[in-house]
Amino acid sequence: MNIYKRRKIINAFMCSATFICATITLLPLISIFIYVLSKGASSLNISFFTHLPRPVGEPGGGMGNAILGTLTLIGLTCLWAIPVGVLSGVYLAEFGNNKFGAVVRFSADLLNGVPSIVIGIFAYILFVVPMKTFSALSGAFALGLIMIPTVMRTTEEILLLVPRTIREAALALGISQFRMTISIVLKTALPGIVTGILLAIARIAGETAPLLFTALGNEFWQRGIMQPIAAMPLQIFAYAISPFDDWHRQAWAASFVLITIIFLMNFISRLVIYLQRKSLKAK
Amino acid sequence: MLTALSVTALTLLLIYSMVTNALPAIQKFGWHFLFTSTWDPVKEIFGALPFIYGTLVSSALALLIAVPISLGIAIYLAELAPQFIRQPLSFLIELLAAIPSVVYGFWGIFGLAPFLRTAVQPFLSKYLGFLPLFQGQFFGVGMLTAGIILSIMIIPTISSISREVFLAVPSNQREAATALGATRWETIRLAVLGYSKTGVWGAVILGLGRAIGETMAVTMVIGNRPQISVSLFAPGYTMASVIANEFTEATGKLYLSSLVEIGVILFFLTLIINGIARFLIWKVSNKAKGRIRE
Repeated sequence: MNIYKRRKIINAFMCSATFICATITLLPLISIFIYVLSKGASSLNISFFTHLPRPVGEPGGGMGNAILGTLTLIGLTCLWAIPVGVLSGVYLAEFGNNKFGAVVRFSADLLNGVPSIVIGIFAYILFVVPMKTFSALSGAFALGLIMIPTVMRTTEEILLLVPRTIREAALALGISQFRMTISIVLKTALPGIVTGILLAIARIAGETAPLLFTALGNEFWQRGIMQPIAAMPLQIFAYAISPFDDWHRQAWAASFVLITIIFLMNFISRLVIYLQRKSLKAK
Repeated sequence: MLTALSVTALTLLLIYSMVTNALPAIQKFGWHFLFTSTWDPVKEIFGALPFIYGTLVSSALALLIAVPISLGIAIYLAELAPQFIRQPLSFLIELLAAIPSVVYGFWGIFGLAPFLRTAVQPFLSKYLGFLPLFQGQFFGVGMLTAGIILSIMIIPTISSISREVFLAVPSNQREAATALGATRWETIRLAVLGYSKTGVWGAVILGLGRAIGETMAVTMVIGNRPQISVSLFAPGYTMASVIANEFTEATGKLYLSSLVEIGVILFFLTLIINGIARFLIWKVSNKAKGRIRE
């Protein structure tokens, strides 16, 4: 075989191999979709959203408490993680061009890389041990640690996209740098920050590992944030490893709900980020 | 400023409290903790070797599967795919990263594991059974399943970063190779891959960091048995999953502290790995900037 032919064949082979790689990767995605859709959607009904779980053997029941629990956890997390994340992001973008900024950036990167299970241990040591009880509060603390680096980084990136001319115009009119940051820069960047937050919420909504020994899970309606609380990922985990068909069906339904929420948030936030970048760059 | 400081403070507090809580186990077992494989909560003798082994093997397996596929995707998306496919395809692949890991685990138990048990494992043991890797009973759950699930989970990470690295290769590199008469693949191999080697290594190592820390999906499909077995079909255990399974049940100070020590090991392992990855990627982005300025 002459060398030209061989090179052509290798070329065709490798180029189609890359295409096959892309297709193969879509197979698990499709398979997961099919499983979750076929098993999950059919098990959905009103009582899934409103009822408590029933004991084994009793059909029916739902995951009302877990859905409410997940929403509560997300709310509690946002309560402390959004201010910390956004303000740190603002600091980094506006005043962070120094050694201290580099240290903060580095520690956020570090925090971002910590396995979520290790974050769970940290929250356990810091909250559960002194309070002597598993609680929604400790769960929200753990989730917050996961959320903060993401929010911080997106906030910083978006703020840096705000054009210099806008800042200079504001300063030239004589307002203080603080006012300029709050009313001009933050306002321009707001949609981007909100989508960054949405993305971060989508990420923590499905987190299980940090909740295992902080929020713990609960079979009943929650009673305050100092008590254990149910969450959808925890419930999916518990039901998935159980041997009961009925619980598996519930877990598929919960997966369906969870994935739908997460994908919607992802989709919306990506769209908004895309539009925002486009309009900012056009300016 | 205060909140930014709090982020740093929290990170330091995390390291401090983890290490102090692991101290009893560190003092009791010393280096033996890393190299012995007894895990006996009753007699309070703890050695983490099976978990370290499980984490390393499952992650290595994941890389072995994920790296070629991710590079293929990245090359396809950056170099070959028609323009109208690029956006939707990369969106779909990034969706893989959005699926919660507990759902991966659930799918692993009921979708992937039965498929592996009935189709893939018999096939492997029939044709490659002479290797000790592919011997033994088919359980479905085990090291192989964990490796495959992990590989699916890290493909989005590796492929999206390598794609960016490929896109950062200056086009004069490609043009030079093409001008010398290289075929399309030769251009990619010589100009693109050669140029972006460092960045791709960074992406791979970042993927490794993800795989090592991954908890839920692995816990659900690896079989959770603290043993060291050559066969990939056999169940195993990883550092993250032993923490997930036993932390709430840990009675006794030493037991708990041993689990925290595993957490500390996990933490520093991912710290080092992420550090290397970031350094490599940073090096590439600087290099690319330098070239453009010339």
